[in-house]
Amino acid sequence: MKSTGKRILKLSINGTVHECAAEPQALLLDVLRNELGLFGTKRGCDMGTCGCCNVLVDGQVQMSCLLLAHDMTGKEIETIEGLFDVGDPRGLHPLQRAWAEHGGSQCGFCTPGFVMTAKALLTEEPDPSEERIREALSGNVCRCTGYKKIVEAVQSAAAEIRS
Amino acid sequence: MSQNDLPPHAHEHPRQKHGLIGKRLPLVDAWRKAAGQAVYTDDIHLPGELVGKILRSPHAHAKILSIDTSEALAMDGVHCTLIGKEAPNSFGVLPVSQDETALAVDKVIYLGENLAAVAADTEEIALEALSRIKVEYEVLDSFLDMEQSCREISDDLKIHSKVVGNTNIHKEVHQDFGDVDKAIAEAAWTKTQRFLMPGVTHAFTEPMCTLAWFNADERLTLWSAQQVPHYLQRALAKVLEMDMHRIRVVRPTVGGGFGGKSDPFPHEMVAALLSRKCKKPVRILFDREEVFYSNHGRHPSKIQMTLAIDKDHKISGMDLDCLIDGGASGSFGVVTTYYNGVLANGPYRLPNFRYHGRRVYSNRPPSGAMRGHGAVNTRFAYEVLIDEACADLGEDPRDFRLNNALEAYTKTINEFRITTNGVVECIERATEAAGWKDKFGKLPHGHGIGMACGFYISGSALPIHWDGIPQSTVHLKIDIDGGVTIHSLAAEIGQGSDTMLAQIVADVLGLPIHYCRVFSEDTDTAPLDLGSYSSRVTFMAGNAARMAAENMRKLLVAAAADLTGYPSEHFVMEEAQVVNATMPEVRVDYMEALKRAMKDCGALQSSGAYQAPPMGGKFKGAAAGLSPTYSFQSFVVELSVDPLTCKPKLHEIWAAHDCGRALNPLAVEAQIEGSVHMGLGQVLCESFDYNKANVLNPNFLDYRTLSPTETPAIHPILVETMDPEGPFGAKECGEGPLLPILPAVANALHDAIGIRFYEMPITADKIYRAVQKQKKLARRNLVQG
Repeated sequence: MKSTGKRILKLSINGTVHECAAEPQALLLDVLRNELGLFGTKRGCDMGTCGCCNVLVDGQVQMSCLLLAHDMTGKEIETIEGLFDVGDPRGLHPLQRAWAEHGGSQCGFCTPGFVMTAKALLTEEPDPSEERIREALSGNVCRCTGYKKIVEAVQSAAAEIRS
Repeated sequence: MSQNDLPPHAHEHPRQKHGLIGKRLPLVDAWRKAAGQAVYTDDIHLPGELVGKILRSPHAHAKILSIDTSEALAMDGVHCTLIGKEAPNSFGVLPVSQDETALAVDKVIYLGENLAAVAADTEEIALEALSRIKVEYEVLDSFLDMEQSCREISDDLKIHSKVVGNTNIHKEVHQDFGDVDKAIAEAAWTKTQRFLMPGVTHAFTEPMCTLAWFNADERLTLWSAQQVPHYLQRALAKVLEMDMHRIRVVRPTVGGGFGGKSDPFPHEMVAALLSRKCKKPVRILFDREEVFYSNHGRHPSKIQMTLAIDKDHKISGMDLDCLIDGGASGSFGVVTTYYNGVLANGPYRLPNFRYHGRRVYSNRPPSGAMRGHGAVNTRFAYEVLIDEACADLGEDPRDFRLNNALEAYTKTINEFRITTNGVVECIERATEAAGWKDKFGKLPHGHGIGMACGFYISGSALPIHWDGIPQSTVHLKIDIDGGVTIHSLAAEIGQGSDTMLAQIVADVLGLPIHYCRVFSEDTDTAPLDLGSYSSRVTFMAGNAARMAAENMRKLLVAAAADLTGYPSEHFVMEEAQVVNATMPEVRVDYMEALKRAMKDCGALQSSGAYQAPPMGGKFKGAAAGLSPTYSFQSFVVELSVDPLTCKPKLHEIWAAHDCGRALNPLAVEAQIEGSVHMGLGQVLCESFDYNKANVLNPNFLDYRTLSPTETPAIHPILVETMDPEGPFGAKECGEGPLLPILPAVANALHDAIGIRFYEMPITADKIYRAVQKQKKLARRNLVQG
């Protein structure tokens, strides 16, 4: 792919507008990581097959390796760095806390993508069944956990958020 | 041998409360990972770093006549190029198989092999530069199946110079114990069966990534996603012809390994060489296809097993032949060749055993170590044949296994020293939980239950390099802030080794776990540990950590004795205090004791180390598979087969595993669940496929792992046998639990539909064809009958 020169781009990420320069063909994943230093979003396959780079775009789960950064202007992007809970001493969102406490991460590389996917699910469906959780997470690959503790983490966070 | 012959826990303090051992604790890095704050290699960036890219061979086997990089080098933005002749020193994880080079030197030996490299300002420039490198080849006949590699050939077709005779066989093993022919001749039941197991790969989510910086201090720092930083440091020293002390290997957070990051890799050499050449930091990040071509996954294998059962339904003999495809380089393959045989010597008594193993070189991406290394495929064959024998002999497979189970504290025919052994308890608890007696042979057609067992090493007793120094060392440091710094080179790869170290040290010192901070990343600061492979870390690094903590405790207890005037042997440490166990009101706050202990020497330090005791026989290959202890498993699987599509659906899995002692039940369960998931992939859907020399499925769409909806309910059952030599009784839990799942599924399928499968993976289409054949036969029998 030939370089055709960078263009200025404004992205609203985690509630803050970032201005940066990116080539027209730049992927959202590359801009998040390389231009903005948001390394929480992971590169696992670069072809939309693993979910490690999942972010929310206007609340919907999207694979940031399949999106052109310049198409994201005017949209609200949320990454793992945007999850926050002021009430938690570690500043963690209930999903992140549940992930830690229930063993949802082993190597942790898939975790940000999973957490973002789970967040979108719980926003739509605050009380999903186990089957529904497994279905919603089916675009994400985890090679460490066998998914059991991930599902438990989502169930636990869902209960906490509802209460 | 009896339990009394074994050394007792040398450092156990009888009176101290054990605060953290056995506690269900989140991993120490869990919050960082959930927050997205864990730093992986590709999250580290250095000023002025360059992009390194590798040109890969389009041929499976070819002589390199010429490589011309001049046009690439002339491009703006290209800093340097590299070809194999510039760094021809070979390397490999095993001293006996030094057969890899940074880049192909005289010939390429698999499609996708590293051929030349560039370092450039951007990825686009680097890729453009690669396309301008001109290579001339003379294509050779390629070796793409295992039998072909066993044939007589001329020298110029040998993939490596060190082979067996005039073939492409890399390693051949013969072992013979007892009288196998007699056992077979006198058997009440015997069968010879062939099994075909394609390769599978680790499919960790983090692609390989390496960042190298040869700086003005003439030191090389290499950040790399690695399970074995020490072996990488050794290989770099050899390839770059540098003193080892000038090389620093840093292992950032690793996004999964499973054995796939447990070799020193050619691309790591390339990054280092490029950086030294252009004196700038160079990053090499693989795309997913490159990860697949790098492989080092489980060896494809062809297994022939003859099993003999005597009139008392005891296993009386096994004759085993394994032919395994090593691909283009040695890797751990000599070990794999032995493991495929010797790890059949449990968890059942086996009085007569013969093994012929061959590992061949082929013109394919290298095979290597993968979770359950060397044991998985043979285990499948063994447990399936046991199930068949039981069906023919009319015996319940559960009872048969109980009747044949190895005892604790015994020796196998090949002189494995078996100590604690929970296989009987595993069988009893898994079958009990599953309701085996009410289900086996009694479920409706299409619905079945099956079981299998396994055992695995808990750390290889003999180190790869026979230099007589401990296999694990742990250093501790405590300074005025009271925090305990743990230095170790045991690689945290997600399995929880950092947590294990922190938990053990905090427990011995009677401190909350947050006092401990683990530094296990850096060869400059960490004492030697051989790394995360062979399921050795909990046992070996755990023992070293325990000894280091006990040595540290002595210093603090002596200070408390000094402050209070009571004898030091009366003191224990608990709840951040040093307490006189005989007069509990006499106690010194931890920080007080620390300050007193530091009075003359400043920060406290201590060390602990582990080296496996001598063991094993004297015959050739006796060292292979020796371990200071072994883990044991028994699993039960319940499943059904869709009557229309024949798609198998797993309902539940009961996975009983003897882990010695569950230091942290949350982490042990996690290892069992992960192992089950990976093993289910191999038995149901994963296969590393080729079209001639090309990998057919080098991505996550075509190489399918089981999704969350396809993964069944897994019930881990933790069996604790309190190993007298393990740290607080613990042994491995990261690999053994993969072994029984494959045959348990195949055996459950037989219970469901009455069909045996001998070829992996057992996909719906294979089941469908087998069911159609079964129906056709039944109709014919009906007509003829």
